[in-house]
Amino acid sequence: MRGWLTVSRFGPLLIVLLGLGIIWYLAALWLNIPAQYGIYQRADVTEWSTPQLIGDAWSQQKPKLPAPHQIIAEMWQETTGYALNDKKSLIFHGWITLSATLYGFVSGTLLGIGLAIAIVLNRATNRSLMPWIIASQAVPILAIAPMIVVIGYNVMAGALDLPTDAARLVSKAVISAYLAFFPVTVGMVKGLRSPEIIQLDLMRTYNASAAQTFWKLRWPSAMPFLFTSMKVAIAAAVIGTVVGELPTGATGGIGARLLSGSQFGQTLQIWAALFAASALSALLVIIVGVAERLVFARMGVKP
Amino acid sequence: MMPELTRLQSLLALLAGGISLLAVLTELVTGMTAPLPLLAVLVIGAVTLIRVRSSLNFWLDGLLSVLGAVLLLSVLPFDGAAPLSYWLAMAAAWLFGWLFADQLAMALHRREVHGAFGVLIPLMFGAALLVLWEACTRAGHVPQVILPAPSMIWARLLQSPGTLFADFVQTFVKAVLSGYVLGCGLGFAVAILVDRSPFFKKGLLPLGNFISALPIIGIAPILVLWFGYDWQSKAAVVVVLVFFPMLVNTVAGLNAASAMERDLMRTYASSYWQTLFKLRLPAAAPFIFNALKINSTLALIGAIVAEFFGTPIVGMGFRISTEVGRLNVDMVWAEIAVAAVAGSAFYGLIALIERAITFWHPSIRGG
Repeated sequence: MRGWLTVSRFGPLLIVLLGLGIIWYLAALWLNIPAQYGIYQRADVTEWSTPQLIGDAWSQQKPKLPAPHQIIAEMWQETTGYALNDKKSLIFHGWITLSATLYGFVSGTLLGIGLAIAIVLNRATNRSLMPWIIASQAVPILAIAPMIVVIGYNVMAGALDLPTDAARLVSKAVISAYLAFFPVTVGMVKGLRSPEIIQLDLMRTYNASAAQTFWKLRWPSAMPFLFTSMKVAIAAAVIGTVVGELPTGATGGIGARLLSGSQFGQTLQIWAALFAASALSALLVIIVGVAERLVFARMGVKP
Repeated sequence: MMPELTRLQSLLALLAGGISLLAVLTELVTGMTAPLPLLAVLVIGAVTLIRVRSSLNFWLDGLLSVLGAVLLLSVLPFDGAAPLSYWLAMAAAWLFGWLFADQLAMALHRREVHGAFGVLIPLMFGAALLVLWEACTRAGHVPQVILPAPSMIWARLLQSPGTLFADFVQTFVKAVLSGYVLGCGLGFAVAILVDRSPFFKKGLLPLGNFISALPIIGIAPILVLWFGYDWQSKAAVVVVLVFFPMLVNTVAGLNAASAMERDLMRTYASSYWQTLFKLRLPAAAPFIFNALKINSTLALIGAIVAEFFGTPIVGMGFRISTEVGRLNVDMVWAEIAVAAVAGSAFYGLIALIERAITFWHPSIRGG
């Protein structure tokens, strides 16, 4: 048992998680007890025992740091306590975020792959695009998220007469695509260039056309790179969507929950939204991982 | 089909020349409204179609593209809708630029021109984007609310340097720099500690990797509640954001030195600290700089996004969100330009330091 806890793959992780949980509970006490005194004072409670104080500090309405069980209870309440189309349901907001994320991720990935192909196949595109793609990463793209959302929404809902929900969705998906395309482009450029010269030469000895070399050599050898960067991209796409939901006007989505929670000081709601976003992100990364395994199995990669 | 041109280049050449010819013809039909120099350049562009018979120097294409761009900008603004020939000329200038870049890239590859000319291609691409942006927004009368022209953003930059500078100091100098130094320092220190214990390495690393993939930026509203509205809360967001990439990369880097090299250090009877400073940290430097570069952009993003959750009335994120609400889009873009320049400069500075410190690494020696 002792050996398992300290040496195996999951033992240390478990212990560290437990330790973090204990630290969290202690920190919640440290941060919440001062406020608890104030609550007692206002409620004219003069006598309290230490266990009572601790219990109350872990179950405040608006704690500075909610205890983990409070967050889980709040998430449970927000997911199961309301109808799916209720404005208070976390599933309702999660779905809004998820759909925009998926649109953004798919279009960002396609754009990223397209750019990578153009860069790898053409020397001029490589020279003209690559420095700017790298530079685009040094620009805080997320900073313009509110502008893209507000203006995109106004243009699409006003000038183009799109329904408001679709307009909101598209403007969020644009940001999430902008964040998602970069890792895919960089990864795919690396991947499409990963065949060694000896392999490319072999294709030449087979008299393979450019298209054949691409589909039979470059594309398959880029697959590991594609999936690795897609995992980064989908996590980035979630971030892009959540930030895109921050500007006022967005009424749905996990980002909107974060913002309204912060405006009304509802810390439990903020934490629940944060955990929901994390769960969503983790789930999506896992799905990409499963897809990766399926594709590799189909391609005949031995584990 | 044409001598010395690839299929793509022939297509570009035909299109560029053909569209120039078309522009000249539309001008003939509509009665010569375009100014003479632009017309002259278009005629030369149309004449390049003789390429079918005899090859032309690609510098001519570049010259045509640049001249075209300058003339396109000089005839702005139009009172009414821009004539068809204007849009045709714009397309032709873009195509000539592309043709030039493609041929230059090929010449560079064959070492027919000096390698220093390679800088021209990305520069021309950037300049072409700016020209296109300026010409399209002004000739197409795009409402300023949707997309202001670059010249307008530049004018705004020159008009209100005071506000922009105050925002820059609040967001970048106070929040980003302090948070960046603190967060990276913490991540580095924890990585060194974790590295000494295989137990913590096993426990913390999967967690750090996992957390790096989460939308940590969502912690911003909580930290704003904890640390108040001023820059301290933004710095705290930056600390949390940059901590995990630094931790994960440094630990990975500390494992980069091979067993052989470590054994060599052991045969020298070097202590833990000697091995750390003389072998493992230098070997980890590429990884550490990778984290520092990733973090430089993360930090700026974190500080700006955190400002959406409440700030004093100064700061880049605050300015962006309020000016969007007031539809002063030129101010928003000026703020973005400042952020872009600051972000790129920050990134560039770290890349320069990296070159100086990890001069031995193959990616920098160019080997």
